[in-house]
Amino acid sequence: MARYLFGRIVSALLVVWLVVTLTFFLMHAIPGGPFSSEKILPPAIMENINQRYHLNDPLANQYLDYLKNIAHFNFGPTFRYEGRTVNDLFREGLPKTIALGLVATVLALVGGTMMGIIAALKQNKAPDYIATFLATIGVSVPSFVLATFLQYFVGFKTHWFPPIGWGEAKNLVLPALALSAYPIAQITRLTRSSMLDVLNQDYIRTAKSKGLPGYIIVLRHALRNALIPVVTFMGPFFAYILTGNFVVEYVFNIPGIGQFFVTSIGNRDYPVIMGTTILFATLLVTFNLLVDIAYTVVDPRIKLTGRKGA
Amino acid sequence: MFKNHKWLVTTTSIALVLGVVLTGCGSTAPTAGTTPSKEMKMSYAPGSEPKTLDPQMSNGIPEMIMEMNMFEGLMRLDKDSNPQNAIADSITVSPDGLIYTIKLKDTKWNNGNPVTADDFKFAWMHALNPEAAAEYAYQLFYIKNGEAYNSKKANAEDVGIKVVDPKTMEITLESPTPYFKSLLAFPTYYPVNKNNVEANPKWNLQPETFVSNGPFKMQSWSHNDKLVLVKNSNYWDANSVKLTELTFNLVSDGKAALTAYEAGQLDGIDQTAVPISDLDRLRKAGSLKTSPYLGTYFYRFNVTKKPLDNTKVRQALALAINRQALIDNVFKAGQTPALGYVPGGVPDAETGKTFREVGGELFKEDLTKAKQLLAEAGYPDGKNFPELSILYNTNGSHQLPAQAIQDMWAKNLGINVKLVGQEWKVYQRSQQDLQYDISRAGWIGDYIDPMTFMDMFVTQGGNNQTGWSNADFDKDIETAKKSGDQKVRMQAMHDAEKVLVNDMPIMPIYYYVNYYVLKDNIKGLIQLPLGFTDFKNVTVEK
Repeated sequence: MARYLFGRIVSALLVVWLVVTLTFFLMHAIPGGPFSSEKILPPAIMENINQRYHLNDPLANQYLDYLKNIAHFNFGPTFRYEGRTVNDLFREGLPKTIALGLVATVLALVGGTMMGIIAALKQNKAPDYIATFLATIGVSVPSFVLATFLQYFVGFKTHWFPPIGWGEAKNLVLPALALSAYPIAQITRLTRSSMLDVLNQDYIRTAKSKGLPGYIIVLRHALRNALIPVVTFMGPFFAYILTGNFVVEYVFNIPGIGQFFVTSIGNRDYPVIMGTTILFATLLVTFNLLVDIAYTVVDPRIKLTGRKGA
Repeated sequence: MFKNHKWLVTTTSIALVLGVVLTGCGSTAPTAGTTPSKEMKMSYAPGSEPKTLDPQMSNGIPEMIMEMNMFEGLMRLDKDSNPQNAIADSITVSPDGLIYTIKLKDTKWNNGNPVTADDFKFAWMHALNPEAAAEYAYQLFYIKNGEAYNSKKANAEDVGIKVVDPKTMEITLESPTPYFKSLLAFPTYYPVNKNNVEANPKWNLQPETFVSNGPFKMQSWSHNDKLVLVKNSNYWDANSVKLTELTFNLVSDGKAALTAYEAGQLDGIDQTAVPISDLDRLRKAGSLKTSPYLGTYFYRFNVTKKPLDNTKVRQALALAINRQALIDNVFKAGQTPALGYVPGGVPDAETGKTFREVGGELFKEDLTKAKQLLAEAGYPDGKNFPELSILYNTNGSHQLPAQAIQDMWAKNLGINVKLVGQEWKVYQRSQQDLQYDISRAGWIGDYIDPMTFMDMFVTQGGNNQTGWSNADFDKDIETAKKSGDQKVRMQAMHDAEKVLVNDMPIMPIYYYVNYYVLKDNIKGLIQLPLGFTDFKNVTVEK
C-alpha cells in the first residue's frame, strides 16, 4: 500500500508538472497579451508595464522564475486586479467554490442513492418510472441550460429563490441543484441497476430467509455492494463538479474561483491562468487517487498493490 | 459492517457542516427593498468586478463609475458635461493658456484629514511614475514633462505640478489645451489621501483603509459579488446627497443581471451589462432608457490591400449600405446613422452648437453613385471583384450586423465578402498587424473634444490600424494641437474630418447611444456621454 501510494504520488506530481509546462507555453503562444487592448497604449507606457511585470524577459527565464515561485506556493500577482495576488483570489474565492461543491456533492450522493434504491425496490412501478424519467432529463440537459432554466423559472417567475448573489443559504439552492442534476441522475441510474443486480443474489435470499427486516437487508447487505459502481463514478463525478462550477458560478454570479478559470484566459491574465490550472489539475489528480483508495474500503476484493505484487 | 461505511458517513457529515458554516460567510449587506423613511437605498449593476479602485491605476468604465461616486476631483461634470468647480474654488488661466493656478476649497477626506494640493500632486505623480506603469498615464501627458517623466526622459522635479501652499497649486501644460478643465474631472485626475496611502500601501483593497473625498464612501467590498457604498458625511457638498446607501452588484453575465433586475433584486443595469438580444423587448416594455454616448461604430478598410487601396472602391462600399435599416433591424438601440466621424455631444467653438451640427453630414448613401464608383474602379457590377473578408470579434453582437452588411453589398454591388470571427484579443492583434481586409471597430471618446476621435488617424498612429496616411490630415491635426484658439482648432479639425471621410479609410456606420435600464422611482441619475454614471443627486421615490 505505501509503495503503491508513493508511486501514485510521484506520477501525480509528474502530471501536474506537465500540465504546468504545457499551459505555460501554450498560453504565451496565443496572440494578444494581458495589457493589449482596443486602444493602443503609447509605447513608453507599454514598456513600463512590461518592465514592471517582467514580460520582456526571455520566456525560458519567465518559466524558471515561475517554477521557483510555485515551489514556494507563491502564484504571483494577478495582471488584471491591480495590487492583488493569485493567492488572494484563492483565499477569497476557494471557500465559496468548495461550499457550493460540497453542497452539490451531498445532494448528489444522498439524492442519487435514495432515488436509485427507491427505483430498484419499486421496479416497474410509478416511483421507478418517475426516477428513471428524472434521471434521463438530468443526464441529457447540460448544466448551463438547467442553470438558466432554474434561474428564470424558479428564481424569477416564482420568486422562491434569488436569481443571483451570494451570502445567504437560500443563494445556494439553485446553483447547487444546477450543479448536482447530472451526478444525481448518473448515481440514480447506477444505484438502481446495481441494486437490482444485488437484490437477486443468493446472500440476499439468505438474509431474507433468516427473517431480517427489509431495511436491514437493504442498508447492510444490498446497498454496500450496490455502491461499488457508484464509487467508480466518483472520479468523473468530482471532475464534473469542478468543471461544471465554471458555468454555474458565472450564471449565478457566485464569487468563487471557477469563473476565474474562464475569464483569466480572455484577459490573458497569465498568473491566474496558471494558478487556476494548477489548482484544478491538483484537485483532479488527488480525487482520482482518493477514489482508488476508496475502492479497497468499499470492496475488500480489490487490493492496492504495486505492479509486481499484483 | 457499518464501520466500513465510515468514509461515506464522515465525508457526508463534514460536507453538511462545512456547507452550513461557509454559507454564513461573505458579506450580508441588505439588498434593495423596503427601507425606513429616512434611508434611501438603491442597487445598480455597472458591470463586472473592477480591475482596481485606485483612480490612477484604472482605465475601464465600470471602475470609473464606482470611483466617480467615491471621489471628487478639482472639477465635476454637470449633467450637460460642463465642468463645474468641485474641490477647486477658483481657477485662473494664464493668457497663453499654459499655466493654471488653482485655489482649493476647505474640504475633508472621509477620515477627517483636509484635502490638500499635496494630495493631488501625490496622486498625479503616482500615475506618471514609470515604476507604477499606469495604463492611463497618458491622460496626464498634457502636463509639462509628464510624458518625458513617464518615459524616463525627465526627473520627477521637472513635471509641471507645483504646490504653492496647501490650498494652492500651479499646473503648467505642454501646450494650450482648451478642454483641460473637463480633464480635471476625469478619474485619473482625482486626488488620493497621501498620509493614508503612505501608511497603507494596499489602501484601496479594503473598506477599513479606503479613504475617499466624494459623495459616498466604501462600506464593504465582496469581490465579484458586490461593492456597498454609503453616504460620506464629510463630503463638502453632503447636503445635496440624498441617497444613504448605494450597492454596486458586480455581475459579469448580462442575462443574469437582467433576470435579477426583473425579479426586483436590482434597481438598474448599466449599458455594458444590458444584453442586446433583450433590447427590443425592454424598449416595448418601456424600461429601456437612452442617453447620448460619445462613440462611433465603423468598419476599418485595410488600405494597403488591393482593391481597398483604391479610394473609389472604399467610397463605393460606404455608399452602398443602408444604415437606418441596420439600426432598425440589427443594432436596435435607436442609434443615429453616422454620415461623418465625430459623434454628436461634442461642443464646437460657437456656443450652443455641437461639432457635428457645424460639420453636418459629410456624405450621402447613394446606390447609383456607389455602382458608378465601383465601375470606375474597374469592377462594373462587381465583376472580377476579389472575395474580401470582414473581421469581427466574437464576444459582442457583431456577427449579425456583418451578415447584414455582407448581404447589402451582395445585393447592391454584386460583390461577395466572407465573415471571419476571432476571439477579442486575437482580433485586436489582427487589426494592429493589418492582417485583415475589412474590420469591425468602435471608438469611445476619452474626453469631450473632437481631438479624442481625430488624432488616432495620423500617419503611423497606434490606433490608426488601416495603413492610411494623408499629409493634409496630419497637418490639420498638428495645427489643432498647437493652437489654443478654439475657432482655429475646430476649423482645423473640421478640415481634417472632411479629408478623412472623403478618403474613407473607415466606413462610419452609427453613432453610439447609451442604453440602460432603471426603475422609474429612481430620479436624478446622470448618465454622462463618456459612459460614467453619477449617483450624487439620486433620490428614490416611494
